[in-house]
Amino acid sequence: MSFYEVRKEYAGFDFKGFFAGVTVDRVKRALSKSRLTEWDYLALLSPAAEECLEEMARKAHRLTVQHFGRVILLYTPLYLANYCVNRCVYCGFKANNRLERKKLTPAEVEREAGIIAATGLKHILILTGESRRHSPVSYIRECVKILKKYFTSISIEIYPLEESEYAELIAAGVDGLTIYQEVYDEEVYAELHPAGPKRNYRYRLEAPERACRAGMRTVNVGALLGLHDWRTEAFFTGLHASYLQDTFPDVEVSISPPRMRPQLGGFQPRVKVNDKDLVQYMLAFRLYMPRGGITISTRERAELRDHLVRLGATKMSAGSCTAVGGRSGHESTGQFEISDGRSVAEMARMLYDQGYQPVYKDWQMI
Amino acid sequence: MEDTFKIGGRELTSRLFLGTGKFSSNRLIPEAVRASGAQVVTVALRRIDLEYEEENIAAYVPKDCILMPNTSGARNAQEAVRIARLARAAGCGNWVKIEVITDNRYLLPDNYETIKATEILAAEGFVVLPYMSPDLMVAKKLAEAGAAAVMPLGAPIGSNRGLRTKELVRILIDEIPLPIIVDAGLGRPSEAAEAMEMGAAAVLVNTAIATAGDPVAMARAFGLAVKAGRLAYLAGPGETQEYARASSPLTGFLRD
Repeated sequence: MSFYEVRKEYAGFDFKGFFAGVTVDRVKRALSKSRLTEWDYLALLSPAAEECLEEMARKAHRLTVQHFGRVILLYTPLYLANYCVNRCVYCGFKANNRLERKKLTPAEVEREAGIIAATGLKHILILTGESRRHSPVSYIRECVKILKKYFTSISIEIYPLEESEYAELIAAGVDGLTIYQEVYDEEVYAELHPAGPKRNYRYRLEAPERACRAGMRTVNVGALLGLHDWRTEAFFTGLHASYLQDTFPDVEVSISPPRMRPQLGGFQPRVKVNDKDLVQYMLAFRLYMPRGGITISTRERAELRDHLVRLGATKMSAGSCTAVGGRSGHESTGQFEISDGRSVAEMARMLYDQGYQPVYKDWQMI
Repeated sequence: MEDTFKIGGRELTSRLFLGTGKFSSNRLIPEAVRASGAQVVTVALRRIDLEYEEENIAAYVPKDCILMPNTSGARNAQEAVRIARLARAAGCGNWVKIEVITDNRYLLPDNYETIKATEILAAEGFVVLPYMSPDLMVAKKLAEAGAAAVMPLGAPIGSNRGLRTKELVRILIDEIPLPIIVDAGLGRPSEAAEAMEMGAAAVLVNTAIATAGDPVAMARAFGLAVKAGRLAYLAGPGETQEYARASSPLTGFLRD
């Protein structure tokens, strides 16, 4: 059964009614278990659980140290191209936004890679918009070929692919996939994706499964917070991660809880997700999946990220830039504004100051 | 006479092996090694970064230790073999701890793939120490495949739950002619001592030391516990009895 079918089984479920029925006792019962059901997870995401945040934080911290140690893996995103045929209403790179479109030439990829590698990072996440004409799989493969010389782990955050295409990129040296469903609610998804291939909810939802079948080592899923009720979106993200872990036990599964940031086009978040909500989501997920990764990007501001180190985060980006060619001096618009502009060295110093070790390398092509 | 044991032709005096993951700083590693007295230190190849000396975990392992790369991240025998070869090519010596894990919820080893990897790597001249779920038949096959020692888990890795597999590990100690090294799950020095009292040749500890409040002090405590447990084993502990036994209430009359 694919996750699309799993997701459908919850259609019509009365989340409001469930949340209204959660008591602090129910939350504490979930907190005391070592293996939580999805209903325990949902109880931890409820408004009632807000009263137990400190208790949840202590357990989440203990579990994270136990399973991951006092270490945070550092990586950085590299935008290869911003051509896009989709019209996602919330995105700075959508097709109908007027901005300079660009894709990196091989020489530019080499230049950006050199600048990033000089910071010591070995893990890179490459991104493109969705345009099979401008940034086809063959283009991405060529970029991977160059990046392999500089990095030991390459992840992709691109449009969803066929299983055979994932296999092709894995053979070229890719080991990780990040793909956000953006919104797990199918109706809201349809509203926010009015045109382009991304309209196909199911094809996107099943992309991680295709990648796992093709042999991907790590997958990272997530919902873009601010587009719909965060509690249910967090629930389905966790459910998705858990489904992937059960179906593909040898894959390292992680989630991202990205919050909306200002971007070209000025789309305002439909739902406010405050810091407390974000923390509750991270803690609930940690208790639900003690060994699941949690990735925190520079969408979050420095001060908050410093606190999140001890609240379940396992992976953080550093020295980020969301513009194509932005590191080697090309002036262009980024996908969104970042909030934490610290360099890799500054992030490393912050981690050491907190008694954490920055990890630059946690995989190599074999 | 000093109490030593041999693995792969090397004579070892310390029976505590140390893992290097999860420390809050690589700089703690040499201190923990010294405090524990460990002579064998395991490092995941995936973490070894030869290009970045300051952050290269392997550079923090004291030179007089045996560096034992492990195959963390391997999902099958083939990947474990490739990782072991890469480690040897990178100058990490010919010892290897095989970890093949196909389950990311509990990180339990895949015994079947582990046997296959052991067979291939032992034939290539590696000193192979396979991490495994304690099972007598698997341990026998690992011994036949050329393993230099067998490393059964005490409890799931990183769980600090202690020697939960005691009865199964005891059978391996009794039946397998190779050193049995309890790896994973030991959370307290007393649990390491318990494994040593039973006759384990050594124990490998990582999480319990690396994530302790004071990792260096905990390393020392484990070192002492392993010595104490070993000494007790050599001393031959007295039999344990279920009940106090002062006289023979049932058969005493026969003396008349």
